[in-house]
Amino acid sequence: MGFSVVGQNLPRLEGKEKVTGQAKYIDDLNFPNMLHGKLLRSPYPHARIVAIDTAAAKALPGVKAIITAEDLPDRRHGPFVQDTPLLARGKVNYVGEPVAAVAAVSLEVAERALSLIKVNYERLSEVLDPLIAMESDAPVVHENLDAYPAVFPVQRHGNICSLITIEDGDIEQGFKTADFVFEDTFTTPMAHQCHLETNGAIAAIDAQGRVTVWASTQSVHLNQIRIAETLDMPMSKVRVIQTRVGGGFGAKVELTVQPYCVALARLSKRPVKIILTREEELVATRPRHSSIVTVKTGVKKDGTLVARQIKLIYDTGAYADDGPGIVGFGSLMANGPYRIPNYKIEGYCVYTNKVATGAYRGFGNPQAAWACESQLDIISRELGIDPLEIRLRNALDPGDKTVGGQNLFSVGIKECLKAIKEGMDWESPKSKNRGRGVACVHHLSGLLASSAYVRINQDGTAHVAVGAADIGQGSDTTMAQIAAEELGLSIEDVAVVSQDTDSTPYNWATTATRLTYMAGNAVRRAAADAKQQLINLAAEVLGLPADKLSARNKVVVSVDEPQKRISYAELGVISHWVKGGQIIGNNSWMFNEQPFSIDVKVTGFPFRVLGAYNYGAHAVEVEVDHETGLVRVVNALTAHDVGKAINPLSVEGQSQGGFTQGVGYALFEDLKVKDGKIISNTLLDYKIPTAVDVPAIKSLIVETNEQTGPFGAKGIGEAPLVPVAPAIANAVYDAIGVRVKDLPLTPERILDALKV
Amino acid sequence: MKQEIRFILNGEHVSLNVDPSRTLLDVLREDLGLTGTKKGCDEGDCGACTVLIAGKPINSCLTPMGKINGQEVLTIEGLGDPEQLHPLQEAFLKVGAVQCGYCTPGMLLSAKAILDINPQPTEAEIRDSIAGNLCRCTGYTKIVEAIKYAANLLEGRS
Repeated sequence: MGFSVVGQNLPRLEGKEKVTGQAKYIDDLNFPNMLHGKLLRSPYPHARIVAIDTAAAKALPGVKAIITAEDLPDRRHGPFVQDTPLLARGKVNYVGEPVAAVAAVSLEVAERALSLIKVNYERLSEVLDPLIAMESDAPVVHENLDAYPAVFPVQRHGNICSLITIEDGDIEQGFKTADFVFEDTFTTPMAHQCHLETNGAIAAIDAQGRVTVWASTQSVHLNQIRIAETLDMPMSKVRVIQTRVGGGFGAKVELTVQPYCVALARLSKRPVKIILTREEELVATRPRHSSIVTVKTGVKKDGTLVARQIKLIYDTGAYADDGPGIVGFGSLMANGPYRIPNYKIEGYCVYTNKVATGAYRGFGNPQAAWACESQLDIISRELGIDPLEIRLRNALDPGDKTVGGQNLFSVGIKECLKAIKEGMDWESPKSKNRGRGVACVHHLSGLLASSAYVRINQDGTAHVAVGAADIGQGSDTTMAQIAAEELGLSIEDVAVVSQDTDSTPYNWATTATRLTYMAGNAVRRAAADAKQQLINLAAEVLGLPADKLSARNKVVVSVDEPQKRISYAELGVISHWVKGGQIIGNNSWMFNEQPFSIDVKVTGFPFRVLGAYNYGAHAVEVEVDHETGLVRVVNALTAHDVGKAINPLSVEGQSQGGFTQGVGYALFEDLKVKDGKIISNTLLDYKIPTAVDVPAIKSLIVETNEQTGPFGAKGIGEAPLVPVAPAIANAVYDAIGVRVKDLPLTPERILDALKV
Repeated sequence: MKQEIRFILNGEHVSLNVDPSRTLLDVLREDLGLTGTKKGCDEGDCGACTVLIAGKPINSCLTPMGKINGQEVLTIEGLGDPEQLHPLQEAFLKVGAVQCGYCTPGMLLSAKAILDINPQPTEAEIRDSIAGNLCRCTGYTKIVEAIKYAANLLEGRS
């Protein structure tokens, strides 16, 4: 199928404003009379709040509003389990938990006000280790756990926030038929998204009591719902507008500072801005869960995987946030893109008195892949099978079923593996101290609902409204390409409506690798609806049957008599002034394949619908310094099956960016905790990759045709991060013969492993 | 205590009466409305606030106004505009080196600094020159490509 706009390397629609400094991010906006807000945070991991005295702070000139839990509705929120108060109520559960919020005429006054708020705490014993938290006599983080509403059939007790199990086949029998059984435990630390723009929002109230929130967010719609829920307002009174977003990677999906801005604005009757500092971001937002994953795998002599048992323990910190979703998703992904007939997967989401963790690119998959892709390398080397070959032997094919039993349509994992084998010249000789490693990923493009509408303007151009928040990944351009292709317009003829709950229809969020696939589907279908209406109107005007007309290049034309034609511009004028009114195509969409077949035993799973699977394989070459233990990635190759690449340039950008975040996760990123407090509180302490830490990354695109996707497309966003750490660790083993099972692969760990 | 500070900003003479201990970043953003220079950490670690002083990249978040007197400052607003992009800006767009855009102004200025003194830098020299500018989106590959592309554009035009 020939495309004219889809598949083109088009530059970003918003590119010029970004390269000229004109793009407006949240901190670039200011309003007359605007106040500045700050949050008072808990200094303790676990303590009862005996009393809060705000009198001295309130008396400080320039302070316009102070709120504590007493000033807010007594309710808890959370996407899966409603366990989180906006401001600590009764007790604090982690260092950094917001206890009070202040709005003042300047940041300096707001900061001084914080120092004048007296909170009388009574320390409680804390639990910081998830394994200890799972014991029956551990301090309890949430005494009233059973009272918290959950949006899924949650299994929980004590400090176990949620337990997910997925089981198929006969695990005992599977292990019996195996020639070898391997069992290993792997760990990962907390890792931070480190979006370059910190979180921020501004709220203002109009005379009718309606609030408008400008936010650096991955979903105006989720923000709107959560603000309404937590502050007891109807959604009709809450409008959320997205500014340009300086990266999110999951950190800007759920609420950050928005509700405090709203509550302070309501109290002070003035606009309130809150921008988090880098330190607040690092110590008190929602990083990726640390994990302990134990994998037991049964395998035949020829490398065929026959049975696998996995226990995942993810530390969700003080609150669930996306934890149950992340553990559920990690459990679903854990087997990787392989056929394994017998398996039992148990995922534990565990509360501790640490910062609440949340969504970060990969959503539970990086931890599971670290364990399973590392172990597959151990297995291949023990069996004397090439690590790339063992993956090819077990990789899924189209028509196979994955964990849970969902049918798979497009499956390009073998093509990805073959592409990196050739691209890396896999079997060629290596220099001393160098090694090569490979790892694979599968991930979902999908989840939940998306909607869009397309209106045809009087001049025949189009506006596309879809709740797809561009956070830098380029979705506005992708949406415009999909709409332009379907409508038969050029990209210049399509405007993408900025994210605003007053004008862009519902989309769950920019998350879960879902925009191209989910929002793209809604856009394509809405555009097809609008196109059909154009054709129907043309049929009436031309006096021809609609099924004898086609629409492209801004003209509806007779298939049989091409001289009979009418332009979109003419149809635009007719629809606006003569007949029918403006043409508006619309669509609301959800993936509707069954996630689980009936013979699979599933308990406590947090999602009702899933999506299409995308695939990838990475190969890296590393050089290890025996003296210093330093690992350097010298060669990097990624291959991803994205269905049809709508904008290959953007796909490559996602691959290279995800890979680089994975290098950080593999080699040095570690949000360190001491006595419950995060001590990696600057970008010097929490180092992320710079331009000299990564090589030029070569990204290959493997195109398949996903029959459920727009023009055959699936997603890319998260997958490129997932296999990087195991690929690097596997390469380190190849180079120096030592296996490290704990991330990150610091020089100390490499040297320690070399000593053994 | 405020003090008169005179400097050249994007080619124009500026005179300000400001507290000399305030940072150049805050004065650019808050007093002059030049919000193209970004605040990513406010402690000199991320490079989002990079501007050029006398052609050299510096972190404006660590630079007190007192040090600006008599200097020549270039911010992203002075590099080019949408109708007349600087070759680096053109290259960043064409190659796909811009994602969220938050590091982009600082990155462009660091890139300008290297190309001004070294018109055909090697890949390693380019990477060294932008090592102080963190980017969390692109993985740097396309940024390096864009700087090479701009070097060729600039050479072709000179």
